[in-house]
Amino acid sequence: MLTFIVRRLFAVVGLLLVVALVTMVIFYEMPQWGGQTPATMAVQYVGKQPSPAAIQGVIHRFGFDRSFPVQYIDYIRTIVTGTTFSDGTQDIACHAPCLGYSFRNYQQVWPTILSDLPVTLSIAVGAGVLWLFFGVASGLASAVRKGSLLDRASMVTALLGISLPVYFLAPLLSLPLAYRWSILPAPGSYVGILSDPGQWFLDMILPWTCLAFGLAALYTRLTRAGMLDVLSEDFVRTARAKGLSERRVIFKHALRAALTPIITIFGMDFATVLGGAVLVEITFSMKGIGFLAITSIQNGDFPMMMGVTLFAAAFIVLANLLVDVLYAVADPRVRL
Amino acid sequence: MTADRRGPTSANGSGERPFLDVSDLRVQFPTDDGVVKSVDGISFALERGKTLGIVGESGSGKSVTSLSLLGLHRRADRKGRGGARISGEIWLDGQDLVTASPEEVRRLRGEKMAMIFQDPLSAMHPFYTVGAQIIEAYRVHNKVSKSVARKRAIELLELVGIPQPNTRVDDFPHQFSGGMRQRAMIAMALVCNPRLLIADEPTTALDVTVQAQILDLMRDLQREFDSALILITHDLGVVAELADDIMVMYGGKAVEYGTAETVFRQPEHPYTWGLLGSMPRIDREVQERLSPIRGNPPSLINVPSGCAFHPRCPYTAETGGRSDTEIPLLAATSPGHLVRCHLGPARRQEIFAEQIRETL
Ligand SMILES: Nc1ncnc2c1ncn2[C@@H]1O[C@H](COP(=O)(O)OP(=O)(O)O)[C@@H](O)[C@H]1O
Ligand code: SF4
Ligand SMILES: [Mg+2]
Repeated sequence: MLTFIVRRLFAVVGLLLVVALVTMVIFYEMPQWGGQTPATMAVQYVGKQPSPAAIQGVIHRFGFDRSFPVQYIDYIRTIVTGTTFSDGTQDIACHAPCLGYSFRNYQQVWPTILSDLPVTLSIAVGAGVLWLFFGVASGLASAVRKGSLLDRASMVTALLGISLPVYFLAPLLSLPLAYRWSILPAPGSYVGILSDPGQWFLDMILPWTCLAFGLAALYTRLTRAGMLDVLSEDFVRTARAKGLSERRVIFKHALRAALTPIITIFGMDFATVLGGAVLVEITFSMKGIGFLAITSIQNGDFPMMMGVTLFAAAFIVLANLLVDVLYAVADPRVRL
Repeated sequence: MTADRRGPTSANGSGERPFLDVSDLRVQFPTDDGVVKSVDGISFALERGKTLGIVGESGSGKSVTSLSLLGLHRRADRKGRGGARISGEIWLDGQDLVTASPEEVRRLRGEKMAMIFQDPLSAMHPFYTVGAQIIEAYRVHNKVSKSVARKRAIELLELVGIPQPNTRVDDFPHQFSGGMRQRAMIAMALVCNPRLLIADEPTTALDVTVQAQILDLMRDLQREFDSALILITHDLGVVAELADDIMVMYGGKAVEYGTAETVFRQPEHPYTWGLLGSMPRIDREVQERLSPIRGNPPSLINVPSGCAFHPRCPYTAETGGRSDTEIPLLAATSPGHLVRCHLGPARRQEIFAEQIRETL
């Protein structure tokens, strides 16, 4: 197990190096294939009548004056060792892990990501609990009462949930609940959990619901299909043959087996949301990782784009590793 | 049929109901393609300490029969949909299981009657240790602490011949070999000391050498526990040494029912002859060893008219056209020997003596 984890951690590092390379090619090199030059890219960062010297300064700061391999190696080395930037007027120390400095909003990338993370984390954890619980519960009920009214109702709801995007669901819920009756805070309101937990919870209800609805629908179908498979397994029949109560047969024997693959899918979905719940964050103007990603793309904020991409990728590959380990713990037949 | 109420071996004329007494059991499944008549009116009886072998090709309704004894079919609703329609009577130790409530039957399951399934790998939960699964089976019906139940599980594992039961008890099913798994399955079935044990093709998934060991084990254990044993198989060879009675099933019906001695020495049904002819035997030359019955098992939705075996039977010409028009009755040819065939008993015995015996 331990050697597996260590080996996989090496693979994680290698994978992230590749992700960094690919993103760098996409953000730094590809615009140049499309006819842009370092000068035209740099020009956006300087005032209305750019002096050649100012443009040269920007080009240097971005490292466009060096060859691509050197830029890449510099970027990786900076993550490990840190560096010092100059924004033209002063020096800024950027400690490891230094993901670069945003010349757009004059902030270092890593601290910006860290300060936006609680918002995304709030969304992800709450929504994750909701979609896992409701998805599994309704999928379970559907499977056990297959063909019943409850099953059909939950399947229709699930279909609805899968086909309703967040940006449709959000106004649908917030117009009556927030604007008409003011039961919940209007979108855009957010306070940190530490400053006012009660208000935080109220603020989060709509974003959680909007994000969780579609995923709960997906998990309903996954759970239902998984349970139906497992319920026809021989070992479920054995459990019944032992004289166990139906409740015990369902929860201890069938659900235990059906849940294992669902938990691993959940790990991946949860990591994806942690890397930025883009639609929810934009719809509710919550300044999380997804919001940061979108704004930095709109601003052509290369270091920020690179940083967020790497960060999200790290979440996903680490979640992948965690899921594999969890799977081995859950299923004794799997050996690492 | 009063003469055979107690089963061929145990007919004793007393008015008491046999320990297990199944009469006119029918199990049907409504499906989109039509009603599957999986079990179509079978009757048998069995006393404790005796073994009944139920033999037939796959699809003849053996498993459906055994599952209905344990009440393991999902029952159809009041409109007769969504599950098995079960009629007839299953008396176990004086209680009718067909009319008993699901909860009553559940309490008997594992306690008074237990089952050994065909494939022990898929029949055990992959995520729980062998010990945990045996302990669970014991604790459903016995209010004892976990450590007491664990001792009992180890005891049973030892009894069924698992080496180092103290440590193997904590292994997972996939860590056992096929034969060991089936032993563990037997331990699990026996843990509550059931009085009726049903083994549904217990050796089909195993190697030939292991098969014999498992059968020996079952015979020894049955003696020790004095339980009634129903041994289901598609292979007559398996029941040859173990069974007291044999019931041959075809298309959901019993076609021959008698003592093992009778069914092996004086079989009278053409289907039984076919089964005997397809029995692998060590003393035969390889090329002539297996002569499987020609044709395929019948559909249980559109059962052939008359005798369900008629599309495959070589003797239809001798019954004056009745084979495919009239369903033969399961009738006694001698006390305790029932055969379902239009050929007269004398003719059947003649055919067996003159044409069949020498080929076996
Ligand atoms: N739950 C079910 N629904 C519909 N048909 C079934 C069901 N269970 C068994 N059958 C059918 O009943 C017939 C007898 O099956 P079974 O008792 O398993 O045969 P076997 O003698 O091989 O054990 C088969 O044709 C099978 O397809
Ligand atoms: S009744 Fe006819 S078809 Fe059926 S077994 Fe007898 S001879 Fe063959
Ligand atoms: Mg079967």
